[in-house]
Amino acid sequence: MHYQTESWNSDHKPTKSSSSSVITDPLAHIERLASDNAVVIFSMSTCCMCHAIKRLFCGMGVNPTVYELDEDPISGKEIEKALILLMGVSSVPVVFIGGKLVGAMDRVLASHINGTLVPLLKQAGALWL
Amino acid sequence: MWEFCQTDGSLDLFGWLVTARISIFIEVIDMITPTTQFTSTSTMGVYEPIHQISMWDDTFGGTISPNTDVCIITQADAKLDDKCEYASDRSLEPAEDNQTAKSIRDKVQRRLAQNREAARKSRLRKKAYVQQLETSRLKLAQLELELERARHQGLLIGGATANMGLCGNVNSGIAAFEMEYGHWMEEQQRKNSDLRNVLQSPIADVELRLLVEDVLEHYCNLFRMKRDASRADAFYLVFGMWRTPVEQFFLWIGGFQPSELISVVMPQLENLTDQQLAEVRNLQHSCQQAEDALSQGMEKLRQTLAQSITTLAAGAGSYSSQVVSTMEKLESLESFVQQADHLREQTLRRMSCILTMRQAAKGLLAFGEYFQRLRALGSLWAASPRKFT
Repeated sequence: MHYQTESWNSDHKPTKSSSSSVITDPLAHIERLASDNAVVIFSMSTCCMCHAIKRLFCGMGVNPTVYELDEDPISGKEIEKALILLMGVSSVPVVFIGGKLVGAMDRVLASHINGTLVPLLKQAGALWL
Repeated sequence: MWEFCQTDGSLDLFGWLVTARISIFIEVIDMITPTTQFTSTSTMGVYEPIHQISMWDDTFGGTISPNTDVCIITQADAKLDDKCEYASDRSLEPAEDNQTAKSIRDKVQRRLAQNREAARKSRLRKKAYVQQLETSRLKLAQLELELERARHQGLLIGGATANMGLCGNVNSGIAAFEMEYGHWMEEQQRKNSDLRNVLQSPIADVELRLLVEDVLEHYCNLFRMKRDASRADAFYLVFGMWRTPVEQFFLWIGGFQPSELISVVMPQLENLTDQQLAEVRNLQHSCQQAEDALSQGMEKLRQTLAQSITTLAAGAGSYSSQVVSTMEKLESLESFVQQADHLREQTLRRMSCILTMRQAAKGLLAFGEYFQRLRALGSLWAASPRKFT
């Protein structure tokens, strides 16, 4: 599992006023982040369900890329709001595999139980054998 | 005996004629024995035609050409003549016919009486149930009122009085859940019986599917009830407070552990193909991984709560930011209960997909019986005296 902290702000132009929103299109930004790695998890360091989902993937031998939204002072809030719009209810955890949205904990568990999660991970190159 | 009645209670010609024959015997007996029972025909719709029968002799005697429809008339006519002879000769009693007619009459009377009794009992049962519902509804309204009152008076937040609130079970959502759970258990017992009966007879897969779907839906109802109750009190759900202590011993986040369910059910199933065995093994493995993940999430919750409690300033007010944030952490317990139930539902559905309909029905029955026995053991333990050595 590797945590992204500074590198994900590299494509933003530095602005003088720090209070204005840096990301013009949060959803496109999320999509970009999601397609950079095989397994991407948007999380918060204080969220225990996020901890559970991380442990699930690690237990399967997957190495997910984790973005802790509460540890990003610049775009964390924006991304969180965009995720709420996307998911409808809570913001984290949200999982992307192979650049495509899988969903929150319930979708991940359902796909694991009905056997579709492992093939998806293999297809994205996150799991071998 | 009464099968010649048509479904609407009316008689076709054959039925009418057979009834007529019997009625004649009975009328004859009435002449011999001074009983007046038979004259009241209002309770026995079957015997309506009796008024016409007494005119039979006059109407039909000798004037009808023999054909299939009326051959019985002539037969009965002949018999009637015989009986009338008997009747006029009072010394002889047609004992056999007397008994047959009497037993027929008695049987009919008895059956009608039983029907009336059954209908009466059913009405009483319905009345009792409705009354029970009414009182429960009133009680629920009462509890809700108390809860509102207590909330307004700030009894439920902070201080020593919080315990009083909990022990008094002022939570109306939980009271409603306990009542619904009682009904759910009764319904579950009925469904187990249905499964048992159905598996003993050869039954088409289509019908089995309906029953299996029905049982699965019943479990989903339970998960829905628990979801609603967890909004009222997640801790109540996690610890299975409505269950006996023995059942609580086996609890995993407020219910059964899916991987354990598979271990319980598998030995009861026969004739699984190699593919089915492999799929069940995979399912069990996935369950274990999911269970581990959720358990670790719960552990993390405990750790963060413990940390939060140590940082709470002594004498912090009920609405200080620290207390509020700690309370928010406690709320996340609700989502763990929901995910655990979600895992249970998914596991049940996946099992019923892997197995054939008959295997799934057997599996669900084994599962249902396991929990019935566990609950029975729990009740027994709770009721039995402890040994002090």
